[in-house]
Amino acid sequence: MTMLNAKIPSGPLETKWDRRRFSEKLISPNNKRKLTVIVVGSGLAGASAASTLGQLGYQVECFCFQDSPRRAHSIAAQGGINAAKNYQDDGDSVGRLFYDTIKGGDFRSREANVYRLAQVSTQIIDQCVALGIPFAREYGGQLANRSFGGVQVSRTFYCRGQTGQQLLLGAYSALCWQIERGQVTMRPRTEMLDLIVVDGQARGIVVRDLVTGRLSVHTAHAVVLATGGYSNVYYLSTNASGSNVTATYRAWKQGAGFANPCFTQIHPTAIPPGDAYQAKLTLMSESLRNDGRLWVPKMSADHRCPGDISAAERDYFLERRYPRFGNLAPRDIASRAVKDVCDEGRGVGPSGHGVYLDFADVIEQEGLDVVRERYGNLFDMYHRITGEDAYHAPMRIYPAPHYTMGGLWVDYNLMSTVPGLFVIGEANFADHGANRLGASSLMQGLADGYFILPYTIGHYLATAKLSLIREDHKDARAALQRVTNRIDRLLNAKGRRTAASFHRDVGTLLWNHCGMSRNQAGLTLALASVPALREEFWRDVMIPGSGEAFNQELEYAGRVADYLEFAELLCHDALHREESCGAHFREEYQTDDGEPKRDDSRFAHVAAWEYREGAPPILHKEPLAFEFVQPTTRSYQ
Amino acid sequence: MTFTLNIWRQKGPEDSGRFVTYEARDVSAGMSFLEMLDSVNQRLIADGEEPVAFEQDCREGICGSCSLVINGVPHGPDRGITTCQLYMRRFPDGAVITIEPWRARSFPIIKDLVVDRRALDRIMQAGGYISVNTGGAVDGNVLLIGKDQAETAMDAASCIGCGACVAACKNASAMLFVAAKVSHLASLPQGKPERTHRVRAMLEAMDREGFGSCGNQYECEAVCPKSIGVRFIANLNREYLRAGVVESGLLSEPEAPHAESA
Ligand SMILES: Cc1cc2nc3c(=O)[nH]c(=O)nc-3n(C[C@H](O)[C@H](O)[C@H](O)COP(=O)(O)OP(=O)(O)OC[C@H]3O[C@@H](n4cnc5c(N)ncnc54)[C@H](O)[C@@H]3O)c2cc1C
Ligand code: FES
Repeated sequence: MTMLNAKIPSGPLETKWDRRRFSEKLISPNNKRKLTVIVVGSGLAGASAASTLGQLGYQVECFCFQDSPRRAHSIAAQGGINAAKNYQDDGDSVGRLFYDTIKGGDFRSREANVYRLAQVSTQIIDQCVALGIPFAREYGGQLANRSFGGVQVSRTFYCRGQTGQQLLLGAYSALCWQIERGQVTMRPRTEMLDLIVVDGQARGIVVRDLVTGRLSVHTAHAVVLATGGYSNVYYLSTNASGSNVTATYRAWKQGAGFANPCFTQIHPTAIPPGDAYQAKLTLMSESLRNDGRLWVPKMSADHRCPGDISAAERDYFLERRYPRFGNLAPRDIASRAVKDVCDEGRGVGPSGHGVYLDFADVIEQEGLDVVRERYGNLFDMYHRITGEDAYHAPMRIYPAPHYTMGGLWVDYNLMSTVPGLFVIGEANFADHGANRLGASSLMQGLADGYFILPYTIGHYLATAKLSLIREDHKDARAALQRVTNRIDRLLNAKGRRTAASFHRDVGTLLWNHCGMSRNQAGLTLALASVPALREEFWRDVMIPGSGEAFNQELEYAGRVADYLEFAELLCHDALHREESCGAHFREEYQTDDGEPKRDDSRFAHVAAWEYREGAPPILHKEPLAFEFVQPTTRSYQ
Repeated sequence: MTFTLNIWRQKGPEDSGRFVTYEARDVSAGMSFLEMLDSVNQRLIADGEEPVAFEQDCREGICGSCSLVINGVPHGPDRGITTCQLYMRRFPDGAVITIEPWRARSFPIIKDLVVDRRALDRIMQAGGYISVNTGGAVDGNVLLIGKDQAETAMDAASCIGCGACVAACKNASAMLFVAAKVSHLASLPQGKPERTHRVRAMLEAMDREGFGSCGNQYECEAVCPKSIGVRFIANLNREYLRAGVVESGLLSEPEAPHAESA
């Protein structure tokens, strides 16, 4: 990994993508049939890419660790997907979506990528409608929209509170079509455990069949990783339990740069953590902030029932601090504000880690039925989990690790620093900069999978002139050996502690020192603590059963082992970034009134880390040039 | 709280399987059913025993992974939810709870409580889609779809493919699953051109996979975590009849004026 070349087309922003597409080399249909592509992951990014590549005529092999591609983590997204359709005629446009996204990301993403994302957003909706996705409609039959945090227009398309589910089922059905046609071979319950690199190019992967435990080598002309985000490194997060860093981390070890790993979005509206047994944090959709008002008592340690606290004794802290956006302030701003009031001792609920999200006003103005129609399923879910009725008392919410803006570094063509290794969806470092606005991840996953990768990978395949490597190639055998050794080592530790207990420890360490706010002392402490924990893991982890069988504990322990290494990279990155921006708040760098202080003169770059065995990672910087927008102080006040 | 769990243990497809009794101790009311099982498993692992294998992922009631028969009922005693959304406050302290896998010929057991549900994917591959290439779709608002129609499509489309309907049915029929998909697509204009082929192909695939036929017992509706109604099965039957009429040449494709969907 020497130079980071982002390969951004020159010239006007509006035509960069058109020009790139026009200049790309094409492959004739006959020749596409002879080319194979591996897609790891079947979430929105993976399923849309695999199905589209299949349609184009490539031979595709798609992998996921669930029993069916339809169960990928994307299924859980609730709120919606953005697109610059301007159906509401409220002043939206490609330019505005571009600007909101780049500003929302605190000017830490590439202009060209973000502009392209806004451009193709409109096509995504059309494609999804064509696939039969039952988007919400107005009475007249037109597509309905709502608004999400951080923006002042209504551009979010949705399917009740199940948008991710419906978008994924659409991509999955397109995938089913290609599986039936024989263009895609689907391999569920299969986990990628290493990347095969031959002469510097990605040529295949090593996988474990999760039912039989058998390891095997799969080769292809190119490899696409669509393996999602890693916020489960924090142990508690809003992600599905299976979401993990393994695929991208192991690709990192084979030479792919890892960009901005410390940019983890903490979502403001999750159900607060309870006891130690808790396995995940449940997100309450951001759309709730359209109608709910956040408040805490003005007085600290006020343990009265919320109903007994009069309006004058309440602090509607977001409306007070950010009058223009109020409860719709972007996620990083809202999360930090929640943390601030809780740190002041004004948090509510048994742990003090919570604020009220109150619907009393909207219920009074618009009626219970309207609220029930809009958010009924969320209120039901809240009731089941907490035993409390949010129609009559406010919900309690607290921030939770949610989305990772960091990921493998990719150029404008979505290719990593390892030629032939493409990375899409949440797994790449994305177009979101230091913070992701609501409803923009589904948009990015589908943009990458349906509309960007299928073009750019063609150009690579047309120009790289590759022949398939054999399964017994020496580099494939070496990768297989790495995986075998690692599994043997895990099984032979035969210690006393469960993998989950280590996962919880590393998660707590990160949450405390590399979470919503960070400082040098905490990060230094975390960097010193992780290696010790890791050593203990390898000495003392207990994994029953064998490797040649269905063994969920072995799967899990492998992922925890990667978290224990990855945590260190995360802290290195957070320590290096001596500024506050987006979801990354370094306490040393703040304004007098506690707002984040960005430092464009030193940190307007993407930090891409290179792996080195047994030595600290090396930092490479991709400078971010702003030709078309002027980075401004990101104020929502 | 403390519970006595009778859990089905089966090493693999060849093993005959048996119930084994475990104690779940120090359970709190706010624990989910799966967190309760996690805590049992943590103890088993620490004792060097193999934990109970079960499936889960989202723990939010949407991915359709979790699949436990609890006291004889798929997804447990509450209506309209999945196992992962069941909380221990629902059970009286000291209760005896029986936990089994989905049981159906078309869902072979992999291990303990984990079954192979790929048959549902194969039914989808037989036609549970709209064939449309990526790119070149017309503007989404060119197709006007009434709110009610969109809502009906969404009701059907909310199926999470968990297979509880199959596990609850004494014929192990997948009718509710197929009905949900067929109704979702047939009720939208985009899905109409392929409706004849779709309903036939999906039902044939269902038979091929060894699922039984519908016996009108409505057990599926009772356990469906998304409360998908048997009215969609009636709709499926109508779609199937309609397909027969079209094939016999009495009606012409692509659109049948009188066969409206639910
Ligand atoms: C609760 C919740 C709500 C959300 N709501 C919204 C929303 O309203 N709007 C929005 O825009 N975004 C939302 N998001 C974010 C969004 O859902 C995700 O960022 C997005 O779905 C990621 O898609 P993906 O395709 O990149 O990855 P995923 O959907 O995570 O898919 C990853 C795939 O990779 C596979 N995989 C991973 N590792 C391996 C391996 N080693 N071997 C084999 N396969 C592997 C998995 O099996 C899976 O198929 C939400 C997220 C959460 C958690
Ligand atoms: S774990 Fe996803 S539905 Fe239960």
